Amino acid sequence: MLVVFAGLMIYATLHLPERGNPEAPMHQELNLVGKPVAGAYFIQNAYRDAATPNMVTVVLADYRSVDTLGEVIVVFTAGVACFLILRRRETDDS
Amino acid sequence: MNWLVEIVLYLLLLTTALLALSVRDLLAGAAAATAFTFTMALLFISMGAIDVGFTEAVVGAGIVGVYFFAAIYQTSRGTRD
Amino acid sequence: MTHKSVSIIILVASRALARVIQLFGIYVIIHGHYSPGGGFQGGALLAAGVILMRMAYGREASQSEVSTGAAIPLASIGALLFAGTGLITLAFGGHYMDYGAVPVPGIEEPIVRYYGILLVEFGIGLAVMTVLVAIFDDMLSVPPEERVEGGAPDESSDPVPVERRNPMTR
Repeated sequence: MLVVFAGLMIYATLHLPERGNPEAPMHQELNLVGKPVAGAYFIQNAYRDAATPNMVTVVLADYRSVDTLGEVIVVFTAGVACFLILRRRETDDS
Repeated sequence: MNWLVEIVLYLLLLTTALLALSVRDLLAGAAAATAFTFTMALLFISMGAIDVGFTEAVVGAGIVGVYFFAAIYQTSRGTRD
Repeated sequence: MTHKSVSIIILVASRALARVIQLFGIYVIIHGHYSPGGGFQGGALLAAGVILMRMAYGREASQSEVSTGAAIPLASIGALLFAGTGLITLAFGGHYMDYGAVPVPGIEEPIVRYYGILLVEFGIGLAVMTVLVAIFDDMLSVPPEERVEGGAPDESSDPVPVERRNPMTR
């Protein structure tokens, strides 16, 4: 069953466009139904909007910053959960 | 030339994954899982995703491995199955 | 972590490496506008430096950088620095996290966004560093006599022999 599933996934992968192909639909300015693609906007306007050459930083901290806020809150919640579960008090009289 | 590096990395990925699953010592398993993560980071970098590879190397190989070692130190090193 | 088998090589090498790792972490946070990196990676590197010192020298080492009790409050300060930057932009009439809405005299909008991103990266780095150090401290805060729960106390350091395996777990 695992082999069948892996074969199905590999068969599906064979029809994807090649990696790094600039003609792929992901890299066009308009997608298949004619709406503008967000990635092309980010690549073209990241330096003009934020004066930052690294566009990954601009996307993470400016365009999609609420997403990054959620990520930080998840990490903080994990820390608080570990603090509450695993902590041992110094004066533990139990 | 790039595909040769990637094939070597894929083979190393498979090897470390099978090693991490099959070894009986938990400490060796954690070390193999860390090697798997670092190979994954190298694979990301060879694909051109520098940020993802850097995050994977720092978090996966630097922090999670240390957490595995701390958990093994606090519990037991042998496995029951 | 333990003082049982510490050699001089580990002590000296970890003391030298931890400072280099922390310096590289600060570089990654500040230089994240130009090179790969950012708050998350830099914070993880800073935490790696602190954790390396604590693994080599025991839990009392490098308490002056991130002390055990102050880790969670510092993490909340970092997360609030992130969220507060968004709230400042909200107060000046922009959207949430729209840094360009803050009117700073003499500086045009992309530079304001630049410093907004820098402030946010500092918040992420502080939160991630202190949370990772806090998780490491909490994992090591269990005293050794109550390490293994539900098992024999002499199982704690060596692998379980074959004949003592529990047949119920197979």
